[in-house]
Amino acid sequence: MALEAEATVDASLETVLRPAEAAPLVRWWRTVVRSVAPVILALIAGGLLLLVLGRNPVRFYVAVWQGGIELGGWQNSLVLMAPLLLIALGLIIVFRAGIWNLGYDGQYLLGAALVAGFGPSILPNWPTPIAYAVLFLMAGCAGALWTVIPALLKAWYETNEIITTLMMSFIGVGVANILVKGPFQDPTVNIPQTRTIPFNKMLPDVGGTRVDIGVLIALAAVLVVHYMLTRTSFGLKLAVLGANQRTARHVGINLRQVILRAFLWSGFLIGLAAVVDILGLWAYVRANWNPGYGDTVIPFVFLARLNPLVIVPFVVFYAVLSTGGDLAAQQANLPTDFLLVLVALILLFMTVIEYLGRRRDLGQSYLTPALRDALRRPLVRRRSAQ
Amino acid sequence: MNGLLTQSFLTALVAGGIVAAIPLMFTALGESVSERAGVLNIGLEGMMLLGAYMGFLGAHELHSMWLGFLAGIAGGLAGGVVMVLFSVAMGLDQIVVGIAITIAGEGITSVLQQAQFKGTFPGLGNPATVAIPGLSGIPVLGHSLFDQPLLVYLGIGLLALVSWVFRSTAWGLNLRAAGEKPEALDAAGVSVLAVRTYAVATTGALAGLGGAYLSIVGAGTFTPFMTQGQGFMAIVIAMLSRGKPLWVGVSSLVFGMCLSIGTALQLTSLNISTDVINMLPFVAIMAALVLFARGSYLPPALCLPYVRGAK
Repeated sequence: MALEAEATVDASLETVLRPAEAAPLVRWWRTVVRSVAPVILALIAGGLLLLVLGRNPVRFYVAVWQGGIELGGWQNSLVLMAPLLLIALGLIIVFRAGIWNLGYDGQYLLGAALVAGFGPSILPNWPTPIAYAVLFLMAGCAGALWTVIPALLKAWYETNEIITTLMMSFIGVGVANILVKGPFQDPTVNIPQTRTIPFNKMLPDVGGTRVDIGVLIALAAVLVVHYMLTRTSFGLKLAVLGANQRTARHVGINLRQVILRAFLWSGFLIGLAAVVDILGLWAYVRANWNPGYGDTVIPFVFLARLNPLVIVPFVVFYAVLSTGGDLAAQQANLPTDFLLVLVALILLFMTVIEYLGRRRDLGQSYLTPALRDALRRPLVRRRSAQ
Repeated sequence: MNGLLTQSFLTALVAGGIVAAIPLMFTALGESVSERAGVLNIGLEGMMLLGAYMGFLGAHELHSMWLGFLAGIAGGLAGGVVMVLFSVAMGLDQIVVGIAITIAGEGITSVLQQAQFKGTFPGLGNPATVAIPGLSGIPVLGHSLFDQPLLVYLGIGLLALVSWVFRSTAWGLNLRAAGEKPEALDAAGVSVLAVRTYAVATTGALAGLGGAYLSIVGAGTFTPFMTQGQGFMAIVIAMLSRGKPLWVGVSSLVFGMCLSIGTALQLTSLNISTDVINMLPFVAIMAALVLFARGSYLPPALCLPYVRGAK
């Protein structure tokens, strides 16, 4: 009798603690809705904005489709995917640990400046594989190096990494400009830009297309990062740290080491994004150039719930939107910055859907608790720390 | 260092420093208000840009600097209202919403500028200044210090006002309670949401005013992305000033001088590239963060949405 009562109490507790555990298919469907709905809503709101600006939204989106997919546009989109994917992976690693790295612009541009600066002299003179290896390592390490100060400050003094990575980013952009205008400047032209990497030394194309192997490298990196996050102890440590810092400390994880490694990996991958972008597409860097990939990829990193496999379709979508959007914006006589508005709308709708979802208990949140708490940890060192 | 401390250099440094400091000061003051109330505003950059564009548009179309400032306040306020709706009323993640506001501000002002001015960048005339009799006659620095647009004096007055509000009024107490311990404020019968709403709206308005000053007085025109990270600088200034308005004024002036040192150096024989100079304020901030990291202060409830009855 008593046992029975206990059992019913347990059962009712169960329903209170985990309300409405839905069937796997339903849950899967809800997750898809929560991830895709913000994008669709943002496109609709963007269309309304186009109407207000006196543009034809249907024509705009048709132009996006034409420019991003048809007539070989898909090839440009695939090329663009390579740097976007690598930056997204770099962000996923730190975000998983509940750490913000908003210094992607500086990390990316430093890598790009180094590759475009050394590439034209290294590539023709050295054996190609060695030259590639050196350039990949150089840019990756430059990106990683640029995260070291914020990482150390965060690991030892709990200094807020949002601020430090942003500040380092501005400094990195400045250093990249100084390099491009100074030692790397092409002496034969008046415009401040680096020399151009010879065409035959760029990354080779995938058979019969204009798509270089950069996107394959990025997809390989997706698998590597997925493996790292789900099958290695480092991935588990990241997840524990992201879930709860105190738990992480209690189970004996070396927080400082994990924070440092997360930052270094993040910067390294963002540096790699610069290599595939310069060696695959641009071949040179002009002063004050900044493609601003990081800002636009952030919403999709969240929508993919920090999952390296799920980020792929989102990056495909954004690569098409961005490639086609450039053309569509030109046709509509708008600056390409209009795409920034679309990205911001996706972010805002994402938070709204999150709000509605939290009220209706739809699936998991897009932010780990630690990310949300990142700013609760003040700049001051906590008395309880270490 | 030949000729570094000449009169023209000092004048240019101080005058330029003040011009550059005022937008930072307004914006950082706004950030102090909302940080104290427990809302971190990463969207400051976007609000500044909205204010800068609206302010310039107002001043350009209505031929009045003051209407321009008002329009700038309205522009920043629009960004603030978005923040209020999403982060205060709905309690959504302040950082994500802030990033969205920054990106949206960058995009929309660029689009509107292009739509309105079709690729041209019209300028405004020099703003009228008010010289303080007597003081502006002081040799060397008198003219650059005491012959400023009226808004500069008003801004310094505002610092003192906000400082007084923080310290000596019930409003200020509510504001601080909303950031330190919102439950206590709620228990005392004051609506946390209302206090935070006013605080964030104030931030938006002040950031808009800062942006408007940047475009109307500082640059005399609007170019897309013209704030160049000043919104983020303002966040750091607010943090390092520990929410104390008078410190906001002092640190804004220091960072303003960093921003304007390039123009002043052109008057000397030193030849330093603009890229080095543009980096200076950020290097200074990193140095300040490394040195004073333990001295800065953020309210405990910062970034936490307040939900009544939640654990």
